[in-house]
Amino acid sequence: MAVADHLIRRQQNPFVRVVLIFVSVLFLAAILIMPVVSVLGYAFSEGLGVYLNALRSHDTLAAIRLTLTTAAIVVPVNTIFGVAAAWAIAKFDFRGKQILITLIDLPFSVSPVIAGLVFVLLFGAQGWFGPWFRDQGIQIVFALPGIVLATMLVTFPYVARELIPIMQMQGREAEEAAVSLGAGGWMTFFRVTLPSIRWGLLYGVILCNARAMGEFGAVAVVSGHIRGLTTTMPLQAQVLYDEYDLVGAFAVASLLMLLALLTLLLKTLLEAFGARRRRA
Amino acid sequence: MATARGWVSPSVLPGFGMTLGFAGLFLTFIVLIPMAALIMRAASLPLDEFWRIATEPRALASYRLTFGASFLAACVNAVFGFIIAWTLVRYEFPGRRLVDAIIDLPFALPTAVSGIALATVFAPNGWLGMHLESIGIQVAYTWVGVVVALTLIGLPFVVRSVQPALEEVDVSLEEAAESLGASRWTVFRRVILPTVLPSLATGFTLALARAIGEYGSVIFIAGNLPMRTEITPLLIVIKLEQYDYLGAAALGLVMLCVSFAMLLSINALNGWRIRRVAGRR
Repeated sequence: MAVADHLIRRQQNPFVRVVLIFVSVLFLAAILIMPVVSVLGYAFSEGLGVYLNALRSHDTLAAIRLTLTTAAIVVPVNTIFGVAAAWAIAKFDFRGKQILITLIDLPFSVSPVIAGLVFVLLFGAQGWFGPWFRDQGIQIVFALPGIVLATMLVTFPYVARELIPIMQMQGREAEEAAVSLGAGGWMTFFRVTLPSIRWGLLYGVILCNARAMGEFGAVAVVSGHIRGLTTTMPLQAQVLYDEYDLVGAFAVASLLMLLALLTLLLKTLLEAFGARRRRA
Repeated sequence: MATARGWVSPSVLPGFGMTLGFAGLFLTFIVLIPMAALIMRAASLPLDEFWRIATEPRALASYRLTFGASFLAACVNAVFGFIIAWTLVRYEFPGRRLVDAIIDLPFALPTAVSGIALATVFAPNGWLGMHLESIGIQVAYTWVGVVVALTLIGLPFVVRSVQPALEEVDVSLEEAAESLGASRWTVFRRVILPTVLPSLATGFTLALARAIGEYGSVIFIAGNLPMRTEITPLLIVIKLEQYDYLGAAALGLVMLCVSFAMLLSINALNGWRIRRVAGRR
C-alpha cells in the first residue's frame, strides 16, 4: 500500500508542482518584482549624475528632512503607546479589553484618507478647534503638527499588534515571580519583560517607522502640498510625478523603496535570529 | 492597588493604572475624539441632505468602482494567494526563501511608490502596458488598473493568513484519504480546503478591507475620471480641496461605517477559525 501511495504521488506531483511554482513566480514577477525593478530603472534612466542631482534639489532635501522629523516624533510616541497597551492587555484581565483591542485594530481597516479627514474636521479653518488654535497663532493643519497627528493615527497599531501576542504567550509567571521577590515595576519591566520581547519590539518599531515614513493618503489630506514646507517624501514623489519629472519622482521613490527593502531584510534577519534563540 | 476595582481581576503586577491610563488617553485623543468629530459633523446634516450627498450619481459611481474593484482584487488574491501559499508550504525550490520574503513587500512599500511604479509599468508605453496594449488590453487609466493596484496591496494578507493554516494540515489525513482511493482532487476538496477555508476567508476579508480604503497606490494608475475611474477616497479628497467639509464628512461617514462592518466580519471570521482549530483537537 505504502509503495503504491508513493508511486501515485510520484506520478502526479511533478507536473502540478512545476505549474504551480511557475504560476506563483510569474504572478509575483508581474505584480511585485516588475514595479520594484522599474523604480530603479526609471530613477537611473539618465545616469547616476542626474539621479544624484535630483536628490540634491532644494525641495527634495526639505521633503527628506520633514519625513525624518515626522518619524522622529511619531515612532517613539507610538512605541511607548504600544508597550503600554500591550502591558495592560497581556498582563491583566479587565472588562472592556476586547473594545480596547478593537480600537487598536481600527486603523487597519479605516481608509488613510479618513485618518487625514478627521484632523481637518477638528483643526481646519471650519473645524471644532481650528479657530481657537488660529487665534493662538498655532497652525495644525497644513503644517507639521497635522502631519504628525495623521501619521500617528495610521501607524500606532504596529508596535502594539506585534507585542500583544508575544506578551500573551509568555504569560505572567516570570513578572509575578520578580515582583514577589521584591523587584519594582520598572526593574521588572526592564530586566524580565524587555529581554524576552526585544526582537518583537524591534520589528514592531521598524515596521512602524517604515509605515510612518511612507504614509501617503492621510498626510496628503492634511499637508496642503506646500512645496519645500509640508511635502513629505511620498508627497514629493507625487508632486514631481505630476509635473512629469519622472527621474525626480523615481529618485525619491527609490529612497523609499530602499527603506522598504531594508525593513524586509531586517524582518527576515530578526525572524531567523528569533527562531535560532528559541531552539537554543 | 487595582484590586479594589470590580472590573479588573486582582494581580500582583504593577503598572495597570499607568499603562491603561496612557493607552486610553492616547486612543481618546488620536482615535475617539477625531472619529467623533467626523460622525458629529456628518450628523449635523439634515437626513435628506446627507442622503442626497451620499447617493448622488458621482458618489454612487465611486462606490461601484471602489467596492467592485476591491472585491475583484480580493478574489484574484484568494486564488493566487492560495497558490503561492501552497507553493511556499509544500514545495522546495531554488529561491523559495526569497519569494517568501518579498511577499511582505506591499506591507513595507509606501503606497505612493507602488502607485507610481504600477502606473508607469502599465502605462501604454510602459514595460508591461506596451505588450498588453498590442493585444488590446488597456490597464492604466481604466478600472482594470484599479484592480491591479488593489491586488498588489492585498496579496500579503491572503498569503500570510493561509500559510500557517496549510502548515497545520495533517499530511497523514491526506495519506489516509488517498490510500482509501480518493483522488488528489478529492483530497484537496474534502480534506485540505475545509481545514484552510476559515483562514482563506479571513485573508480575503482583510485584503478586501484594506482595498476599500486604499488611496495612494490607486490614484496614479486610475486616471481619476469622474463617474468612471474615481474611487471614493479620492472623491473625499476632491471635496476637501473644494472646502466642501460637509460633503467630505458625509462620504467619510459612509466609508467609516463600511470599515466597522469589515472589522466586525474579521472578528467573526477569527472566532470561526479559532473554533475550527479548537474543535479539531
